[in-house]
Amino acid sequence: MTTSVLRARGLTKRFPGVLANDSVDLDLNRGEIVGLLGENGAGKSTLVKMLFGVYEPDEGTMEIGGEPADISGPADAIAKGMGMVHQHFQLVGPLTVADNVVLGAEPRSGLFIDEKAAVESVRELSEKFGLDVDPGAVVEDLPVGVQQRVEILKALYRGADILILDEPSAVLTPQETDELLEVMRGLAATGVGIIFITHKLREILAVTDRVVVMRGGAVVGAADTAGSTQEGLAELMVGRPVIFRVEKDQAVPGPTVLYVQGLVARDDRDQRALDNISLQVRSGEIVGVAGVEGNGQRELVETLTGLRRITSGTITIDGEDVTRASPRDIHRLGVGHVPEDREKDGLVSSYSVADNLVLNRYFKKPFSKSGLRDFAAIARNAEKLVADYGVATPAITTGVGTLSGGNKQKVIVARELSETTSLVVASQPTRGVDVGSIEFIHEQLVSARDQGAGVLLVSAELDEIFSLADRIVVLYRGRVVGDMPAADATVEQVGLLMAGAVDA
Amino acid sequence: MKQRQWDALRLPLIAVALGLLVGCILIVLAGNNPATAYWALVKGSLSGVTELGRTLDKATPLVMGGLAVAVAFKAGLFNIGGQGQLLLGAAVAAYFGFRFSMPTVIHLPLAMAMGGLAAGLLGWLVGVLKATRGTHEVITTIMLNFVAANLTDWLTSRDGPWKDPESGAIARTPLVNESAEIPRLGGLPTGFLVAVLAAGICWWVFEKTNFGFEVRTTGLNPKAARYAGIKTQRIIVTTMVMSAFLAGVGGAIETQGVAGRFQPGFNTGLGFDGITIALLARTNPLAVVPAALLIGAMDAGSTLMQAEADVAPEIISVIQASILFFIAAPSVVRFIVRMRSDAATDDDMRLSSGWGA
Ligand SMILES: Nc1ncnc2c1ncn2[C@@H]1O[C@H](COP(=O)(O)OP(=O)(O)OP(=O)(O)O)[C@@H](O)[C@H]1O
Ligand SMILES: [Mg+2]
Repeated sequence: MTTSVLRARGLTKRFPGVLANDSVDLDLNRGEIVGLLGENGAGKSTLVKMLFGVYEPDEGTMEIGGEPADISGPADAIAKGMGMVHQHFQLVGPLTVADNVVLGAEPRSGLFIDEKAAVESVRELSEKFGLDVDPGAVVEDLPVGVQQRVEILKALYRGADILILDEPSAVLTPQETDELLEVMRGLAATGVGIIFITHKLREILAVTDRVVVMRGGAVVGAADTAGSTQEGLAELMVGRPVIFRVEKDQAVPGPTVLYVQGLVARDDRDQRALDNISLQVRSGEIVGVAGVEGNGQRELVETLTGLRRITSGTITIDGEDVTRASPRDIHRLGVGHVPEDREKDGLVSSYSVADNLVLNRYFKKPFSKSGLRDFAAIARNAEKLVADYGVATPAITTGVGTLSGGNKQKVIVARELSETTSLVVASQPTRGVDVGSIEFIHEQLVSARDQGAGVLLVSAELDEIFSLADRIVVLYRGRVVGDMPAADATVEQVGLLMAGAVDA
Repeated sequence: MKQRQWDALRLPLIAVALGLLVGCILIVLAGNNPATAYWALVKGSLSGVTELGRTLDKATPLVMGGLAVAVAFKAGLFNIGGQGQLLLGAAVAAYFGFRFSMPTVIHLPLAMAMGGLAAGLLGWLVGVLKATRGTHEVITTIMLNFVAANLTDWLTSRDGPWKDPESGAIARTPLVNESAEIPRLGGLPTGFLVAVLAAGICWWVFEKTNFGFEVRTTGLNPKAARYAGIKTQRIIVTTMVMSAFLAGVGGAIETQGVAGRFQPGFNTGLGFDGITIALLARTNPLAVVPAALLIGAMDAGSTLMQAEADVAPEIISVIQASILFFIAAPSVVRFIVRMRSDAATDDDMRLSSGWGA
């Protein structure tokens, strides 16, 4: 027997210039996991934000547990049994897990928070739902995957029986993702209904009971997961067949573009993050940097692009010593940089799409003439890049902050790849991007390579590394523990190196 | 587009209306007639050349103080030091005004520029401390307010080097020479035009130049600014100098165009009103002018309001403070007038987070 926990009918939401949701229906039953699929900008986040009361629907009705419900805001949604895990966690770093979970609904003894009871109930919850966390741990010391579990615990502590997860796996390592999927199965078994947004079809197939596919703000298909295939879902989503294999010719490497020798650097906590790294990227080849996140990838990218000071070692790009060069000097050498954290590093969210598309070159001709900005040239650049890279935006004057996650990423990729001549440093370039766009971004990276650029691709996805890289470098604890031609590498071998299990 | 302009105007207008409403309630509670009071306020600030001149006099340093705060805000800095910067600018302009004599075309702008530069020096100190040591600008600007106040007090005190020898017990500088005086045109101060010009230049810098783009980027997202190759530390120092320079010129105009000399106590509070004005203008340099006119008109009309409606001029301060409150707390306003916004703009967030960040 199925009991409906959530029923939405005809939900519609308009933003200036976009119909973000067009009369969407959605059902969720007790203990069911529903996958929500769709291209970037299809309206998935908008839909769940309406469910959770972040946005007010323009039209449409909702029922929760069979009762008509009018949700006035997130607090109301929580009171009615919903929980949502946002991509940017809403945790208080210096507090413990238990404190974070009970925050705002603390067990009290008299005037004071009953710490014991808090720790106890968090422990009970985590045991009941198989969410392994130490209630006493300080949140900011925990890995991202565990922080996410704390977010889920927060929702469960408030009695959520409807859980909304908007691209939870985008910030997780493959290992953490597997654990998350396990947790989701466990929650569903206890009766929690889950709405799960992801761009990874593998995850959809692994964990959901039903899939709902959105395109252009409307539901264009729904299917039981059993019997669905990656290819079928992708085609439903994008409206055309998607090729999952990257088409590329044999690399023809030229001279060395990036030459790194004995690089040592410290992280933000002043710990040694890069320990004597040496590597090379030749023009016309893609070097994939594999590794579990947090093994020095971020620091490596930052030192290469001038954003982090180097303790010792040398970096040479195109024969020029850039060991102490500024980000701008490095940019001038024709280096493109797709940063890991697009919201924080790569975009100014209140700026227009057009301004963001010149963020790295606003000072150059034709965008600037004797210190003055040339808005016509800036607009032409934007029109061209938006068209070439298929950025879905109502206008080039639209604020980048209102674009969907994947389209923000496309803005960055368009900006960084459209002008690169010598080297591309791309960190998680397809994170949060839909399958069709992944295909596109991969093609762009390959074509940058074919035009003679060297590409350094940092990715947590082994699939991505293996399908793109000509050479694979493995990082473990800030050291290069493997460096091999991709053709000779196996997934097992790289996986072992990543885990630090073998010394290369 | 229309919609967006309206959105930008809506919050300040509502804040002003609510501020006037608070004033209204207080006037009624004090047993007076708010209609008479507000009408006197209007008459006292607008009804003739004298009144208008007084409003413009009051508004001039307010425009400059408002610009100072607005400019700093663009780089994500909160300049609370407008008061000290204005005092220093006023005193230094007075010194150059009375100490030297030269042709007006040189003397007038020179004294003004020296006032601005002296204040700019304070801003430079704040900027350098922020950029190299991370010292929070709110702390340093507040401390420098005391430094500037005491320094200017001393300069004009009994044994101070800049004291007017003929003033006896009164601490003040001599009158500036005529060649340094900002002329009045038919009773209206031309200093106001200088302030409007400054507002126009600021607007142009932020909208049209690369430098303005760099400052805004630094203010909105410092990490992205560094990523884009912008030298954020240099931007912070330059912007603080610019901000303090504007406040200093505001003080200089006060000296050269209104008071004719520097006298401690004349300019009290002017620097702080800059915060209200910048927020009311939502940090838009052009909007600073009408915002300053509004606050200036209230100040100018308060005397007549007291005379005709028997309402204490302090009411005006309460109204201005309430406006600041409603502006700085958009969520309170939203709650009162039940606006639900789908996307809080970055401006809102910056305004409310600038205090602590
Ligand atoms: N606050 C907003 N203001 C204006 N437009 C918005 C806003 N939020 C979303 N949009 C627009 O609504 C559309 C749907 O966006 P939404 O974020 O729901 O997409 P999505 O399916 O979650 O995409 P992604 O997979 O990239 O996260 C997009 O065109 C986006 O630009
Ligand atoms: Mg989304």
